[in-house]
Amino acid sequence: MTSPTTTAEPGPARLSPRKKRQLIRGVQYVVLGAAALFLAFYTDWKSLALFVQPEVAEKTLPDLFTIALKNTIIYSVGGFILSFVFGLLLALMKLSEVRPYRWIANIYIEIFRGLPALLVFVLLNFLPLALPGFEVPGGTYGLAILGLGLIGTAYQAEIFRAGLQAVPKGQTEAARSLGMSPMRAQFTVVIPQAIRIVIPPTTNQFVALLKDSSLVLFLGVSSGFVELAKFGNDVASENANPTPIMVAGLTYLLVTIPLGYLARRLEKRR
Amino acid sequence: MNHAIEVRDLHKSFGSNKVLQGIDFTVEPGQVVCVIGPSGSGKSTLLRCVNLLEMPTQGKVFINGVELTHLDADIDAARRHIGMVFQQFNLFPHMTALKNVMIAQQRVLKRGAQEAEIVARENLNKVGIGDKCDSYPAQLSGGQQQRVAIARALAMNPTLMLFDEPTSALDPELVGDVLTVMRKLAEEGMTMLVVTHEMGFAREVADRVVFMDGGVIVEDGPPAQVIGDPQHERTRTFLHRVLHPEER
Ligand SMILES: Nc1ncnc2c1ncn2[C@@H]1O[C@H](COP(=O)(O)OP(=O)(O)OP(=O)(O)O)[C@@H](O)[C@H]1O
Ligand SMILES: [Mg+2]
Repeated sequence: MTSPTTTAEPGPARLSPRKKRQLIRGVQYVVLGAAALFLAFYTDWKSLALFVQPEVAEKTLPDLFTIALKNTIIYSVGGFILSFVFGLLLALMKLSEVRPYRWIANIYIEIFRGLPALLVFVLLNFLPLALPGFEVPGGTYGLAILGLGLIGTAYQAEIFRAGLQAVPKGQTEAARSLGMSPMRAQFTVVIPQAIRIVIPPTTNQFVALLKDSSLVLFLGVSSGFVELAKFGNDVASENANPTPIMVAGLTYLLVTIPLGYLARRLEKRR
Repeated sequence: MNHAIEVRDLHKSFGSNKVLQGIDFTVEPGQVVCVIGPSGSGKSTLLRCVNLLEMPTQGKVFINGVELTHLDADIDAARRHIGMVFQQFNLFPHMTALKNVMIAQQRVLKRGAQEAEIVARENLNKVGIGDKCDSYPAQLSGGQQQRVAIARALAMNPTLMLFDEPTSALDPELVGDVLTVMRKLAEEGMTMLVVTHEMGFAREVADRVVFMDGGVIVEDGPPAQVIGDPQHERTRTFLHRVLHPEER
């Protein structure tokens, strides 16, 4: 309560709000500086140099690009295409008036969003047990793409569902009033608009798949099929040096950072 | 000769909300009929039942003598020739004005791109925005957007046009452009069912005015009668409020 006596009292000098903010800001800088000093002091700079050994980094070439990055991209782009197509299909099913379609879509989405990706990949190894005589086309590539596609589909379906629902109902009504069938209206009017809406979350989803492609390791792949993470790890073991892992990490960023930039550009357009 | 629109004992409920409670009326070919009434009286619902954007709960709708509410009716085919213009325009934002007017011609009437473009340009010229063909809806004013929407409907060669408060979302100075286009259509003999609050338009252009309240038709007759000399108290109260909004 502001009684007139408190302001009149010659108590300890109160800080103005602006001074108070300045002080708090100052304290934050001091804490940050102290943390940096602490790290610099306790880091063993000699052994840190082990992480950036140019000679070891050189040994990752050219396989880093011709095998590991290539495979990472094949796995994640393949998985992404599957998730895009089937994600759209599941989203349409989830929004369908046909109840069993909604059930199927919901069950699928709940299962594959709820399971750890690792578990899905480990389980894929046992696929021949469940379906004797069935071969996934494309061998290791096929199996890896299937694994990533199974998981990605669930997430992409939710992304598409949100995007489809964000298109105003009036759009469908206008299309229908022009004589378009429900399918025709979806494909000419609603889906093209939904795709624009989902560009940013879809990019994030692709980055997630790119990172999950490291789980292909659990399919027990032979050397021609290694992707970036396993490749980095393998070369690191051979050389007893962590540099290849740093190189592999940088290679991921080489893809993900421009991708994020591109997505922001696409989002701004129109 | 068949009625352009014939509605018989039309009921529509949303859950327990009985929005239309037994509507009977007809529109003859070439007639302009304006529907007026307070907010929530079911005007939009009635209009949307005419082209079956809403499925009636009970009753029949005939367009040019064909029963749309019949189980065997091809609704998509019927809608091709029933133009509809919405309060919020509902243009396709990812297409230019020209493409908005072309797309249904191509996809529904299966016209070739060339023919569709010729028809689209003709109709955009007709509504006075032939110079805006390459603009996207977001680059157009409300009045321009609504005229593109009218052109889009006209390009399908409709025998009948439905308008749901086509000028209600417009800035006052843009209302005239849209009404002028509608007036021209009426003069050309287009059959029109128009939900509107523009009493001037209803008085001058309509052959008949229908006053709705509480999901039923209260009054139906020539504008001179329904607007000029209303028989029912409810109509008088409504008209008084619309014509003298400042006294309340
Ligand atoms: N899709 C719907 N679902 C549920 N209720 C609806 C739906 N459409 C309309 N209604 C209800 O029906 C009633 C009549 O609505 P309608 O839009 O037909 O009125 P209106 O006469 O056009 O009013 P306005 O002048 O405000 O446009 C309202 O109570 C509304 O809430
Ligand atoms: Mg309405």
